Amino acid sequence: MNTHRTRARRSGVLLRSVSLQTLVVVLGALVVVPLLFALVGGFKDTAQLSTNPFGLPSPWAPENYTDVLASGVFWRQILNSVFIALATTLVVVGLSAMAAFVFARFAFRGREALYTLFTVGLMFPFTVAILPLFVLVRTMGLLDNPLGVILPQAAFGLPMTIIILRSFFRTIPREVEEAATIDGCTAFGFFWRILLPMARPALATVSVLAIVASWNNFFLPLVIFTDPNWWTVPLGVQQFSGQYVSDTAKVLAYIVLAMVPALAFYGVAERQLIGGLTAGASKG
Amino acid sequence: MTPPALTGERSESPAAHPRTARAQAPPEARRRRFRGLVTITLFLLPALVLFTLLVLVPIAVAGYTSLFKWNGLGGLPTQFIGLDNFTRMFGDEIFLGDLWRGLILIVLSVTIQLPLALGIAMLLNQKMRGRAVYRMLFFAPYMLSEVITGVLFTMILSPDEGLANQVLGAVGLESLESEWLGNPSTVLVSVFIVMTWKYFGFHMILYLAGRQGIPKELGEAASIDGASAWEQFRYITLPLLGPTIRISVFLSVIGAIQLFDLVWVLTSGGPIHSSETMAVTMFQFGFKRSQVGYGTAISVVMFLISLIFALGYQRYVLRRDTEGAITTMRDQR
Repeated sequence: MNTHRTRARRSGVLLRSVSLQTLVVVLGALVVVPLLFALVGGFKDTAQLSTNPFGLPSPWAPENYTDVLASGVFWRQILNSVFIALATTLVVVGLSAMAAFVFARFAFRGREALYTLFTVGLMFPFTVAILPLFVLVRTMGLLDNPLGVILPQAAFGLPMTIIILRSFFRTIPREVEEAATIDGCTAFGFFWRILLPMARPALATVSVLAIVASWNNFFLPLVIFTDPNWWTVPLGVQQFSGQYVSDTAKVLAYIVLAMVPALAFYGVAERQLIGGLTAGASKG
Repeated sequence: MTPPALTGERSESPAAHPRTARAQAPPEARRRRFRGLVTITLFLLPALVLFTLLVLVPIAVAGYTSLFKWNGLGGLPTQFIGLDNFTRMFGDEIFLGDLWRGLILIVLSVTIQLPLALGIAMLLNQKMRGRAVYRMLFFAPYMLSEVITGVLFTMILSPDEGLANQVLGAVGLESLESEWLGNPSTVLVSVFIVMTWKYFGFHMILYLAGRQGIPKELGEAASIDGASAWEQFRYITLPLLGPTIRISVFLSVIGAIQLFDLVWVLTSGGPIHSSETMAVTMFQFGFKRSQVGYGTAISVVMFLISLIFALGYQRYVLRRDTEGAITTMRDQR
C-alpha cells in the first residue's frame, strides 16, 4: 500500500479520535458542571454566589452543610424514604414473585388473559390515576399514613416486576422442578426453597428498580402526605427550596446532601440497575 | 410422575387441556387438580387484589368521575353532566396549549435528545480512555429525582445569580442572557434542556446495551470491504439498533405525554401557562381548584392518548421486531 495514503489515513483517524474525545469531554462537562456548581456553591454564602460564581469559596462556609446534617428534619426525611422504599420493595417483589411463579410454571385456563391484564397495567403511571387514587386512599383513611404511599406504589410496580420475574422463572429447567417433586417437594416448597434462591439475581434486579422508583417518587407522596413528619426526601427538598428561596447556597447544600444516597446506591448497585432498566425496556 | 399443578407447561394451549382432562379424571387426579387450583389461587390472589384495588379500580373510577361535575368532597359525585367535561376541554385554550406543548417536547426529544444519546453511545462504544467513568457520569443525572434536578436547575437558570447567565456574561454573550424560566418564549426550551440533561443518559444506556448485541464481525467484514466508519454506522449499526431505537422513542414519547414532576418543580406550568403540560393542568384543576370532574376528564384523555399511541405504535412500528416493548403482550412465546 502507498505509504503516503497510510500516513494520511492514520493522521485522519488520529484527528477524528481527538475531536471525538473532545466532544465527549465537553458533554461530560455539561453534566458535571451543574453538579459541581451545587457542591461548591453549598460552601459559599449567597452573597458570594453572585459576586464569585466560578471560583472556589473564600472563605469556605461549611455551615450550610453542617446545619442540614444537624437538623432532625433532614434525617427524618431520609428515614421515611428508606422505610417507604424498603416496605414497597418487600410488598411488590413478594407478591410479584408469587404471581410470576404461577404465570411461569402453571398451566390453567385464563392464564394468558390474566397476565395480559397485568402487562396492560404498564400503561398506567400514577399521573393518570392520581385523582381517583387520592380519593380512594382518602376513603380508606390512609392519608398521612405510609401505607397510603406504599400500597399504591407496590400496586403500580407489579406489572414490570411480574414481567421480569416471569421471564426469569421460565429459564429454570423443568428437570429441577421434577427432581424436587420426586423428592416430595410441594409447590410452595419448590417456590420457597428452590426457585427463589435460584432467582436471586433477578430478585436483586427488580428490588433495585423498586427502591429507585420509590425513592424518587414525588407525585404520590405529594398528594398523600400533608403531615411533614411523613415527608420523604423529594417533598423535603421541594419544601426547603421554597422556604429558603432567597438563600440559594443553603438550598444547594440541601440538595447535594439529598443526592448522596441515590448516587451512593447507584455506585453499589450499578450492575443490577442497568441490567434491570435494559431488561425492563426490552421486555416491558 | 408430576402432579398436574407442577407441570411447568409452557404455552401449549392451556385452555383446551383442562376441559378434556376433567371429564374422565380419576378421583386421585381430580384431588391433585384441586390442590393445583388452590395453589394457583393462593399465589395469584394477593397480587391480583392489590392490582385490582389500586390500579384497575382507580382507572375505572376515573372514567366514571369524568362524566360528573364534582368538587371532590363527599362520597361519590352526583351531578351528572355527560360528556360536557370533554367538550369543555376542546374549547379550553390551556388544554389545547398543553397538547401543542406536548407535541413540541416530543419532537424536540426525538430529534435532539435521542440522537444525542445515540451519538454518545456510539462514541463510548469505541475504545477510549475513561470510557467507564464517562458512562457512569452520563447516567448519574438519571439517578437523581426529578425534584432535585428541578430545584438545581431553578437555581442555575435563575436570572440574577444563576450559573447560566453568569457564564454567558463571563464569555461576553450578555445578549443571550435570559430569564430562562420566567420568560414565556424561552421557558419550554429551558424545560427541554433540563429534560435532556436528566434523561439522555438513560437512552444512552439502552443504546449501549443494544450496540453490544451487534456482532463485531459485521463491522470488521464491512471495514475489510472498504466501508467508512460512517457507512458502517449508517448501513450496519443503525438498522440493527432499530428495535432499541423504536423502544427508546416509545418510552420518550410516553414520558413526554405524562410529564409532571420536573415541570411542577421548575415552573409549576408558568409563566402564564407557557410551560404547562396535561398532567400539570390536571393537577391544577383536581387538587388546587376543586374541579375534580374536569381534572379527571383530562387524565382520562391523557390515558387515551397514551393508549392510542401505544397501540398504534405497536401495530405499525414495533410489529417488525420479533421481541420488543409491549409486543410480548401479544405474541407470547
